[in-house]
Amino acid sequence: MNTPTSGSQYKVIGTRPIRHDGADKVTGKAKYGADVKFSKMLYGRVLRSPHAHARILSIDTSEAESHPGVFAVITTTDMPDLVDKMADLGEGVVNMAHLGDNVLAREKVLYKGQAVAAVAAANVHIAAEAIEKIKVEYEPLPAVTWVLDAMHEDAPLLHDNVFTDDMGQKSETPSNVDKEIHFLKGDVETGFAAADLVVEREFKTATVHQGYIEPHVATADWNEDGNVTVWTSTQGSFACRTQTAEILQIPISKVKVVPCEIGGGFGGKITVYLQPVAALLSKKSGRPVQLTMQRDEVFEGTGPTPGSFMRVKLGATKDGKLTAGEAWIAFDAGAFPGGPIGPACMCVFSCYDFEHAKVDGYNVVLNKPKTQAYRAPGSTHAALACETVLDELAEKLAIDPLEFRLKNAATEGTRRVDGPVYPRIGCVEVLQAAQASDHWNSPLEGPNRGRGVALGFWFNCGLKSSASAHVNPDGTVTLTEGSTDIGGSRASIAMQLAETLGITAEEVNPQVVDTDSVGYTDVTGGSRVTFATGLAAYKVGLDIEHQMTSRAAALWDCPPEQVSVESGVYSHNGDSLTFAELAEKLHATGEAIVGRATVAPDGATNGFGVHLVDVEVDPDTGKTTILRYTVIQDAGKAIHPSYVEGQMQGGAVQGIGWALNEEYFFDDQGQMKNASFLDYRIPTFLDVPMIDTIIVEVPNPDHPYGVRGVGETPIVPPPAAIAIAIHNAVGVRMTDLPMSPPKLWKALSEQS
Amino acid sequence: MAKKTHVTTTINGEETEFLCEPRQSLLEVLREGLDLTGSKEGCNNGNCGACTVMLNGLPVDSCLVLAVEAEGAEITTIEGIAQQGHLHPLQQCFLEGAALQCGICTPGFIVGAKALLDRNPNPTEEEIRFNLAGNLCRCTGYDKIVRSIQEAAERLQSAT
Repeated sequence: MNTPTSGSQYKVIGTRPIRHDGADKVTGKAKYGADVKFSKMLYGRVLRSPHAHARILSIDTSEAESHPGVFAVITTTDMPDLVDKMADLGEGVVNMAHLGDNVLAREKVLYKGQAVAAVAAANVHIAAEAIEKIKVEYEPLPAVTWVLDAMHEDAPLLHDNVFTDDMGQKSETPSNVDKEIHFLKGDVETGFAAADLVVEREFKTATVHQGYIEPHVATADWNEDGNVTVWTSTQGSFACRTQTAEILQIPISKVKVVPCEIGGGFGGKITVYLQPVAALLSKKSGRPVQLTMQRDEVFEGTGPTPGSFMRVKLGATKDGKLTAGEAWIAFDAGAFPGGPIGPACMCVFSCYDFEHAKVDGYNVVLNKPKTQAYRAPGSTHAALACETVLDELAEKLAIDPLEFRLKNAATEGTRRVDGPVYPRIGCVEVLQAAQASDHWNSPLEGPNRGRGVALGFWFNCGLKSSASAHVNPDGTVTLTEGSTDIGGSRASIAMQLAETLGITAEEVNPQVVDTDSVGYTDVTGGSRVTFATGLAAYKVGLDIEHQMTSRAAALWDCPPEQVSVESGVYSHNGDSLTFAELAEKLHATGEAIVGRATVAPDGATNGFGVHLVDVEVDPDTGKTTILRYTVIQDAGKAIHPSYVEGQMQGGAVQGIGWALNEEYFFDDQGQMKNASFLDYRIPTFLDVPMIDTIIVEVPNPDHPYGVRGVGETPIVPPPAAIAIAIHNAVGVRMTDLPMSPPKLWKALSEQS
Repeated sequence: MAKKTHVTTTINGEETEFLCEPRQSLLEVLREGLDLTGSKEGCNNGNCGACTVMLNGLPVDSCLVLAVEAEGAEITTIEGIAQQGHLHPLQQCFLEGAALQCGICTPGFIVGAKALLDRNPNPTEEEIRFNLAGNLCRCTGYDKIVRSIQEAAERLQSAT
């Protein structure tokens, strides 16, 4: 085995091989969710609520059912009754009754775009015609779409069975506030009394969407024997199986989920929308049914991230030591309870060592789509508030912003406000790398230009992964895994197996397989796959190496412990065989060699990143242009540096979109007014410059190759860094996302 | 069901005939009728570029072209970019440069970039960004896509 200690001796890790699924993806051969097709397959469409809040009085499907070319129409009455039951999906728990209502509305619709009924027909055009013929009678109810409004006592109540959970205590009357969180460390009054300067500001952020380019899609075939197969685009085939089986009230063994190639997820493709509906349409029609969302359905009917209101207060001494922090955070959950208020409260002060801090969080249901995870859920909001106030403190105390952060940075042993004590982390190292960077040390000149810096944090997680592999006689290894590959994880996992076995990345053939073909594996999320599934691949490698060693020993007629292994070469007493030579002899000498591993590791350890940005503001229009951008992040160990850089660059650009452009516009009836990529404007090629990256490697002691997750941290700092850069360019503190041209222009006008 | 129209066109160098309804887009016919599923549907209204194909040498969003408009046209889709079992330099450079993560936008980018390089073999970064601004990518932040197109342009130039 190659001793996994320092980086320099690795042969595979740290190199940049071509990804195994690459040729398929550049030639159009890769099969994404919408690319599967079956004989006699039907195409479906979903009817969605035109109201943000209404009672469903009646649904008449008779005309749609008799429309030529229609094979099945379903409503919630075709779905089993679901009771309150919490199911763990790996990245959070969900109440199945709420999930069922989100899949097909039962008594009330709670947001515009909520699914109400669905049709399967010979083609999509017929299905689209048919859903127009479904008659739904609604009793419209008052809607509420702003989080603080929804918290009012006289706000329209969404659920009569949702009670406030205040750190385990349930309220006696139903409420739109489904959860309260309170963290306290030390005594904030004492802390603020010790401060020479206290700054407090309020922040608002708009609802934004994950914005994956591939719309949701599911194809289901309910077989005559009662088995259901679902081909779909999902971040977690097992999470999809759990949810689909629960909603259909059938055993999980009756559901096979086949994960297709996935066109982006960012947290938004963990929950199910179409999968149970397609299954029910298939059951009713006796045919395979494919359901695909249109882009407006993706915006209006699938999970965005919460809009928020936050207040942060920080105190510091003249020499730049933080004395206390206080945060009050209200997140909108969308139409059903759940959401990232917990992570937001845990993240808001997570980069710094506070002796005294207090965090209060509120999760609020209102008439918007049910929010879902979005890349470091909650942390981006929280960083905007904390980092902006911190920057103001540094400015007013005339302390360099990186120095100020370094004076207060969390290190190994620092206790977070919510309790956990940090293991070995790279917070200080990324700040030092920022100080040493070319970007930080290059002057920025010119009018209306400013530089911003912000620090960001994400937990990363482990959860469960399974993998197995078999050795082929030509010396290659076929690796079977359950982690859907959204951004190149086949390569990063295969590389860890290759490193362990002393073979090349190309000699591993990684396959992402369905739920019947691999052990339970949690979602591709939480920045966990390269860490945890990579760990499984490493352990598969150890298992294979152990078996190969025994086989070599049998060939040489010696005890296995007398066989030494170095970089894939097995040796004993002057004899030696390479991995490939030994593999060639397997069939002649015994049974096949199959390695397996299943892991649920702790110790993912946390990710920290610093972003540097230079902007130029056009004072006539309020438009902000990004001139230069650098992402500095601790990856622990970058397995495939190109894809680590890619995560850093992609996360930064998503954060730039969140900072400057992206928002859901709602009218006073709760109707989204910009449900298209034209009007909900994610960054285009023209909106961003090259994104420079600096990978810092502070190895994770709890992973054989030192891996930390990298996927989520990069979206955390951008809005804060850009808000700070805008302040340094034109002197206004922007506290309301997005910092779009009209808002910035208004702020500039008020300033002058 | 509307009466179908007969269309004769050339797709990836092969004469191709199909029947389509007047309301069907070129994208729908490519994907559903001809099994050329490499062109992707991301928005179906011309805002994301995932369905980009070349129509008589120019890049178009195939979701905004009616299939009947393809009569007599020469169409190149992502399936027609690699030749005789060899990846096009753009495809090779996308792989070497890690210019894709999820890959759903990749066919549109490669076809769009080929259309650009066919017209302008040595584009500046600004020209690449301007010409492909209609192709959205949510994963990469675009950096590695620009670099891969630049690298492919260099390789194509040095090969001629």
